Amino acid sequence: MKKGSEIIVECLERENVKHIFGLPGAVLCDVYDVLHDSPIDFIICRHEQAAAHAADGYARVSGKTGVCMVTSGPGATNIVTGLATAYMDSIPMVAFTGQVPTTMIGDDAFQEADIAGITRTITKHNYLVNDIKDLARIIREAFYIASTGRPGPVLVDLPKDIIHSKTKFEYPEKVSIRGYNPNLKGHPKQIEKIAVKLSEAKRPVIYMGGGVILSNASREVEELAHMLNIPVTSTLMGLGGFPSNDKLFLGMLGMHGTYWANMATNNSDLIIALGARFDDRVTGRIDKFAPDATVVHIDIDPSAISKNITVDIPVVGDVKEVLKHLNEEVKKRIKSKPKRTEWFKEIEKWKAKHPLLYGDGKKGYLKPQWVIEKISELADDSAIITTDVGQHQMWTAQYFKFKKPRTWLTSGGLGTMGYGLPAAIGAKMANPKSIVVNISGDGSFQMNCQEIATAKTYGVPFISIVLNNNSYGMVRQYQTIFYKKRYYATDLDFNPDFVKLAESLGAEGYYVDDEKKFIDIFKKSLKSKLPVVIEVKIEKDEKVFPMVPAGGSVKDILVD
Amino acid sequence: MKHIISVLVENKFGVLARVAGLFSARGFNIKSLSVGETIDPTVSRMTIISAGDDQIIEQVIKQLRRLVDVIKVTDLTGEDYVDREMVLIKVNAEPKVRSELMQIIDIFRTKIIDVAPRSFIVEATGDNDKINALIDLLRPFGIKEIARTGCVAMSRGSKSKK
Ligand SMILES: Cc1ncc(C[n+]2csc(CCOP(=O)(O)OP(=O)(O)O)c2C)c(N)n1
Repeated sequence: MKKGSEIIVECLERENVKHIFGLPGAVLCDVYDVLHDSPIDFIICRHEQAAAHAADGYARVSGKTGVCMVTSGPGATNIVTGLATAYMDSIPMVAFTGQVPTTMIGDDAFQEADIAGITRTITKHNYLVNDIKDLARIIREAFYIASTGRPGPVLVDLPKDIIHSKTKFEYPEKVSIRGYNPNLKGHPKQIEKIAVKLSEAKRPVIYMGGGVILSNASREVEELAHMLNIPVTSTLMGLGGFPSNDKLFLGMLGMHGTYWANMATNNSDLIIALGARFDDRVTGRIDKFAPDATVVHIDIDPSAISKNITVDIPVVGDVKEVLKHLNEEVKKRIKSKPKRTEWFKEIEKWKAKHPLLYGDGKKGYLKPQWVIEKISELADDSAIITTDVGQHQMWTAQYFKFKKPRTWLTSGGLGTMGYGLPAAIGAKMANPKSIVVNISGDGSFQMNCQEIATAKTYGVPFISIVLNNNSYGMVRQYQTIFYKKRYYATDLDFNPDFVKLAESLGAEGYYVDDEKKFIDIFKKSLKSKLPVVIEVKIEKDEKVFPMVPAGGSVKDILVD
Repeated sequence: MKHIISVLVENKFGVLARVAGLFSARGFNIKSLSVGETIDPTVSRMTIISAGDDQIIEQVIKQLRRLVDVIKVTDLTGEDYVDREMVLIKVNAEPKVRSELMQIIDIFRTKIIDVAPRSFIVEATGDNDKINALIDLLRPFGIKEIARTGCVAMSRGSKSKK
């Protein structure tokens, strides 16, 4: 006979869990008591939201399932944003929440929340365990569901009496869920069809999304692109999936993507979408999007296909598996690599027309674009970059040269401010040898800066850049462009002293308003054993360009 | 367009909320939803009637298939199927109209299952059209109350969807 708490920990060990991110509560004390003697590390965060983001960052870097564990009621509701963030970006995660005893559920007991109900639409699946006999099976299923098919967060709600009661323990070796059978291999006939289309296409574009990273398909994408000389563009989530210094890479497309990536996509005759979902931030106005293109869509999730735009050749399957097969089919068919001289010439023209450029900064301010380029230059190719949400996020996506998958962590789907710092902690724990840099804005930074204390506690050094424009910059930019500069609710005229704040939380803090100083301090920080916060002064009126206004088409692009 | 969707689900708590939630999250009205156990007590069948744009229904069906507790989804709309609904109608039955009322009930081959001094309760089973026709005919007598089960449906022939 084993206690619920022992079953939980044993299952976690068998799932090969090394770290749990969490924050305590009395309900879970029995579990801690068992964890005491387990090799699993429990990383105490200072806010449950951060615990969920840290587990998410850990998962994005390692490719393994991230785990967080929090208490009932307020602990559980605090992870909601973290779950929604992971859900929107399809990140494998298992979240454990404590719950009041089964006999009290529904009584408005102290620290009770119907977390299964609350998280129903922001988890891939969730469980309320109400019989100890189901406990081991549920945990096993939770990890299986989180990490297979289109990954996502799974929540397991653990009532106190379940944790305390006993049963005969049997670890279910096999998982079988009759309603859940992800399809990995694509349909061979469809794949052949794509190969044929590819041989006919004159102006093809590969459009890749986060699915390429999740299925570890970067090598296969490179192979396909090089075999057929096809330019590649990426969504925000796909960055790192294709080396940005490769000459086939067009950069990001969509709202803040490059002019030429958007033009190429829109003028193409064949779009091969890989693990991407034709998000509205990418397509803009649907009826104006790539009117001449045959659209091929490869995705593991059938519901992602033809959701926003009509797809001509859909293939349901794991991107890596399907590409392996497709590359074989292509190899059988090609006689020589197409030159595509005309197509590349056209793209070069677009590139020359609106290149990504920025001017010189005023004295006392740095250009954020320059800062990002410098970081890109000074950090090595395997440096991991996390961000929050806003202008700083888009400048990073535009100006950082990502070369490897799983080095770019950002909240693409939900757009969660406060994601970057805790995600950096998870990232560094997953890969302690990597340099980790969190690039943030002054607004976002204040949403989870308390976690610097967590980083200090566990000796997890990373650099946090605060691009300080004394405003909620991205929203202010909207007001500049669409509301005739009638600024409202976007100024942060009073900000904390970020240097002192950093120091009080156990980090090194620096203030920088000059290029040379930035380079010196950044280089020094790369070697620091402590978390470092570098506040960089930037101008309030700095903007992100290019920009396709929401609901517009490429023709409406604003370039400055 | 009206769609009849048959969904086989795990017979567990929370499943109904998940399924219904998919419709409500898209601002979609469910016209009728009925649930009951199948021959396998661990599996329930839901019959859902909804109206909407074909493309949106297709999305809803794909989303339903994504749910871990959903075993099988069939859109019966284009297929050959039978559907039935049951209704209880409490209708005014003053002595002077009773014989006329009983005639109508007879024509519809339905039953009176409760007789009170001034009212009957009529039980009827049939497809949507029949139930609606019956209600229309009884309405002039004065209907006091109606309870409808919502539709259940099954594809015709020997093909089994369990
Ligand atoms: C949790 C959360 N609240 C609000 C928003 C809306 N929002 C999007 S960008 C932005 C401004 C971000 O400001 P800051 O972090 O300073 O970055 P900047 O744009 O100035 O680089 C806001 C408020 C959001 N994305 N997330």
